[in-house]
Amino acid sequence: MAIEIEKPTVGLSKVAVSDTHGEDSPYFAGWKAYDEDPYDELCNPSGVIQMGLAENQVSFDLLEQYLEKHSEATNWGNRTSGFRDNALFQDYHGLQTFRKAMACFMEQIRGGRAKFNPNRVVITAGATAANELLTFILADPGDALLIPTPYYPGFDRDLRWRTGVKIVPVHCDSSNNFEITPQALEAAYNEAESMNIKVRGVLITNPSNPLGATIKRSTLEEILEFVTSKNIHLVSDEIYSGSTFSGEEFVSVAEVLEAQNYKDSERVHIVYSLSKDLGLPGFRVGTIYSYNDKVVTTARRMSSFTLISSQTQQLLASMLLDETFTANYIKTNRERLKKRYQMIIDGLRNSGIECLKGNAGLFCWMNLSPLLEEPTKESELILWKSMLHEVKLNISPGSSCHCSDPGWFRVCFANMSEQTLQVALTRIHDFMDRRKAMKTSN
Amino acid sequence: MAQCQTESHLAAPAKQNNLKLHEHTNKITTAYFPTTKNPPPPHTSGNPISAFDSPTTHMTRNPDSEPEARKPTRTGMRLIVPLQGIVQGRGGLLLGSLIPCALVYFFQVYLKRHRSSNPQSPSTSAENLPELHRSSSRANLLTRGSIGRVHVSARASSIAKPNDSPYYIGLDRVREDPYDEMNNPNGIIQLGLSENRLSLDLIEEWLSRNLSGSMLAEGGDDLNIRGIATYQPSDGLMELKVAMAGFMTEVMGRTVSFNPSSVVLTSGATSALEILSFCLADQGNAFLVPTPYYPGFDRDMRWRTGVELIPVHCRSCDDFTLSIKALDQAFNQARKRGQKVRGVLISNPSNPVGNLLSRVMLYDLLDFARERNIHIISDEIFAGSTHGNEEFVSMAEILNSEDSDRDRVHIIYGLSKDFSLPGFRVGVIYSFNENVLAASRKLTRFASVSTPTQRLVVSMLSDTQFTQEYMKTNRERIKTMHDLFVEGLRELGIESAKSSACLYCFVDMSRFISPYNEKGELELWDKLLNIAKINVTPGSACHCIEPGWFRCCYTTLNEKEIPLVIERIRKVVETCKLSG
Repeated sequence: MAIEIEKPTVGLSKVAVSDTHGEDSPYFAGWKAYDEDPYDELCNPSGVIQMGLAENQVSFDLLEQYLEKHSEATNWGNRTSGFRDNALFQDYHGLQTFRKAMACFMEQIRGGRAKFNPNRVVITAGATAANELLTFILADPGDALLIPTPYYPGFDRDLRWRTGVKIVPVHCDSSNNFEITPQALEAAYNEAESMNIKVRGVLITNPSNPLGATIKRSTLEEILEFVTSKNIHLVSDEIYSGSTFSGEEFVSVAEVLEAQNYKDSERVHIVYSLSKDLGLPGFRVGTIYSYNDKVVTTARRMSSFTLISSQTQQLLASMLLDETFTANYIKTNRERLKKRYQMIIDGLRNSGIECLKGNAGLFCWMNLSPLLEEPTKESELILWKSMLHEVKLNISPGSSCHCSDPGWFRVCFANMSEQTLQVALTRIHDFMDRRKAMKTSN
Repeated sequence: MAQCQTESHLAAPAKQNNLKLHEHTNKITTAYFPTTKNPPPPHTSGNPISAFDSPTTHMTRNPDSEPEARKPTRTGMRLIVPLQGIVQGRGGLLLGSLIPCALVYFFQVYLKRHRSSNPQSPSTSAENLPELHRSSSRANLLTRGSIGRVHVSARASSIAKPNDSPYYIGLDRVREDPYDEMNNPNGIIQLGLSENRLSLDLIEEWLSRNLSGSMLAEGGDDLNIRGIATYQPSDGLMELKVAMAGFMTEVMGRTVSFNPSSVVLTSGATSALEILSFCLADQGNAFLVPTPYYPGFDRDMRWRTGVELIPVHCRSCDDFTLSIKALDQAFNQARKRGQKVRGVLISNPSNPVGNLLSRVMLYDLLDFARERNIHIISDEIFAGSTHGNEEFVSMAEILNSEDSDRDRVHIIYGLSKDFSLPGFRVGVIYSFNENVLAASRKLTRFASVSTPTQRLVVSMLSDTQFTQEYMKTNRERIKTMHDLFVEGLRELGIESAKSSACLYCFVDMSRFISPYNEKGELELWDKLLNIAKINVTPGSACHCIEPGWFRCCYTTLNEKEIPLVIERIRKVVETCKLSG
């Protein structure tokens, strides 16, 4: 029998073949299960309900109403050169009006407690790109960023894959509501040093994903002190800043800087996007706001790889500069999210399940640790699988967020109708009843 | 000695093995003596000075006009630490004594040059970026100790450098003093931006007819925000892939049918090229690129990837066509240096020359790639902008029968040139390699096309009657401008390189430069900018090995402006000394 000589296949890079994209983790496995059997109220009422996607669908009507009423926002402009100029505009500075609009919107979200300069706004196609870009700029391959756990699973891919940068977790746990402590920061820093890894910065998400809670002012001040003492950077991903349930509780790092007259601010960078607050992830609108001139210049040039479509910039600029609209949107969106949050918390409590006290975001941080056979990651995954296949809910296990306490799950509530949420809550209630019945019968 | 490959994605910066000498001398000499085709051993006088004369080739499509002060002291530290190793006698007597002397001399010269310009030479065959790959720890030594400023990465440091290249200076000057027929008739006329403004009126007309001037192509009166607002596949809507595949098929002459499933959409061709670079090569690997080439390749292929570009020089006597022999030579030399070549990057139609690769050349290129087991990236972004009689042949076309080599061919396309929509950020990776497609798709999460834009483009491209008319009229208009411009130059005795495509021509002004080198070329460029008041792109910015060539884009002008441009050029060249 002839032996086939295998032709050498043309090679690909390590980036191409690595699995740092993380698409084999449970976080994404649940999505696959949902894709195969998606819930539909009419056509597939027993399908999997997607509670693993942090998308905001509660306020689309406000956007639609605005666009209907303001057709001038959706036109190329009355000037004959409106379309032409826009179609040719590929300047990585971004449209001046759009940057102004983003700066104004960010100010409004913070109740005017911090000022944003449009010239420090760098545009990127989504916060995903913004976070990766900042990582390229602030760290060299082999360096590390410290990130408090639990954190958004996407960071493992977005911050590490192409950049070659590492993540060293800052461990937070349920003993103090997962708050970030200076001791935990110090411990993580030392751990990195002991492995000869250079720490370049701390990345926080505020309000936090997956906790659904804002970071206290005092904690922010401690974090700022820490990064200043180590002479490293602070990236504050404030993508959920407009999704707080009340206007007062959220404190942005920008406010802390303003209070201290912007001393030592050159190490601070804020990431923002319209994907969560405005429910427009498809538009791919992200920004980096940096207090460091060199970072702004560099980020701007690097943003060539990830610019926002000029059409989209134009479309959003007039909408976001309309302060009547934005004030109303922010207020209404907050109220609706708060209502949803209350609904899910009450529903879960009725089933005997507690959550971390939250005040922001599109999800709640649910504590199912009492249900675990053993307080281990493996038990958590077994529980997660039964939630997925038995209860038909795709929720995100805490282990995929690197949570050190097993048994916690992130449950999204804003990407569905109230009816669907009710169905999900009923399923959970029944599931808990069944477990109680099983226990008593054993 | 095999090149040190970096460990997966978690690694120290790539080591340069270009000069196989003692490790310490290796590090220093590669920092200050960019490799040439025959790298001289460091203890001869080599002439590194010329390497630092040339302007940077950091060309982006979008210039930044913010000057920043350089910090020359940073380089000092970078030298002192390794020098200590030499002085400590690790290099042996000969090296230990001769080299420090040579180095101190060159160090002074280097510092002097490095302060004022970015060290990059178009004539080096391996781009050695001291800033990008230098072990960042040396830079850290400085930033930590002295200034106390917070660190930015080595990658960022090099990108943050002030733009002192003629490309940027020119664009800035146009911005400050733009020509306007009415308001500023003595302003600078823009010929340095490869943009097509000739046919936007056709698109405007289409928009007002079909969408009543609206940006949002929803169809009907239902503004379904939900449909475009939510998360979509990052590599693009299927409808757009279908429409794009159809458009590409049309544009490239209907000789090959593009498959929507092999289309990956990205936020511009810039992103597409970078993603491919990340997929096909590791940090420290290289691509062979025929010169002169689009200055943006230096950014797209190298900035964040750490991949290098090895220029393969083409000459005017060959009409700047690629020679396989030259490719082969470059490949072998790279191999001797221990540098792994992963592929060839071509632009077809080419930028800045505007010529087309022949069918025969494409077959030869494929043979070459097969023999060396490497990739081919074919940037075909100007495919629809042909104006001559020559037929455009896509790499895709010659692959139809050569199934076994499909895995190594990848095509770049986009709507920025043929369809005049650079602002919309619509680029394409088209590959026959399933693994590359899979990896690219995942990477588009960092560079997706905005959905309202996708919707709009779908409706435009799906109107095939419109796109056909558009392409036909657009080509005619490009041809008119091309012929007018070339004829006007010819009347001045100025010839351009043979070209059948693109939005510019590559003009030979070498008779008017003195001396006959890059310095002379830049002097002429300066005169053209400040006296003739026209902004053109000098060949040195494109790594052209012959001085005196300039890329002039004429599709940002209207017909009336051409005689004006020719007149301005005439005034300048008449005052120039004819060299030789």
